[in-house]
Amino acid sequence: MRIKILIRLKSQILEPQGKVIEHSLNNLGFNEFNNIRQGKLIELDLPDNLSKEEKDQKIDSACKKLLVNDIIEEYEVLG
Amino acid sequence: MSFKSVVITFPGSNCDRDALCYLQDLTKGVVYNIWHEEASLPQVDLVILPGGFSFGDYLRSGAIASKSKIINDVIKHANDGRYLLGICNGFQILTEIGLLEGALIQNKNLKFLGKNCFIKKKFKNKFNLSIKENQVLQIPVAHNEGNFYCDNETLKLLKNNEQIAFEYCKGEFSNSEENINGSIEAIAGITNKKKNILGMMPHPERAYNDFHPSQDGKLIIESLIS
Repeated sequence: MRIKILIRLKSQILEPQGKVIEHSLNNLGFNEFNNIRQGKLIELDLPDNLSKEEKDQKIDSACKKLLVNDIIEEYEVLG
Repeated sequence: MSFKSVVITFPGSNCDRDALCYLQDLTKGVVYNIWHEEASLPQVDLVILPGGFSFGDYLRSGAIASKSKIINDVIKHANDGRYLLGICNGFQILTEIGLLEGALIQNKNLKFLGKNCFIKKKFKNKFNLSIKENQVLQIPVAHNEGNFYCDNETLKLLKNNEQIAFEYCKGEFSNSEENINGSIEAIAGITNKKKNILGMMPHPERAYNDFHPSQDGKLIIESLIS
């Protein structure tokens, strides 16, 4: 199964790239685009025969050990 | 007794050679260069995690390096109370290992900063003993993710435990800024609670030789061997 993990900076942490993107979009006339924040998406394959618990546990553990720095980031598993 | 030290090299380290020369010239002791895949460290007084872009800064700066094989022994070295210094990318690695609090995020103005900056010591520790109160040091920085962040609770702890070693300050250049990268409370370097581990964004190993614009970086090694 294909897994997608969305990682983003916590809302209280300045995300300057989003600010720059927002500024540029506003300059192009997209004035209603506000509060833009950029994150990252990690996609990976896990075996189909894993139970939901095993899958959740593995993803959670990988996020805590390496993929996410919980001082500054949060994550959610999509779909 | 001679002072022994180690510089660890990761793929993408680019200040390891500078750090080796810095230690060789200033400690006059034995300096080892250890590859990150080694399993163990020799018994030494100081380990330096050098600057650079370990593993291409993939995922997050220092994240991949913090899981290297040698890191278990680096943690053991630090737990024994011996000195550990992370410079720039080395500081990022130390926060990713969890040996130091907080995290280093992208500079506030989005620019890679490669220039001389000015710092002074905040709280006394073994790494800055030879530096006087309010003495302004000129030491270069070269980083994109040097903006120190921690939550309010951690900041309170860092202050109460006197773990803030260096802060950015205004210097003699007319265009020098008080806080170059947006770090909380202009923090440029912190120690752990026991104060045997220091992480700092500025590069003291680029400020010690006669051909460097400043020799203020000497003071860190002088503090340690005094």
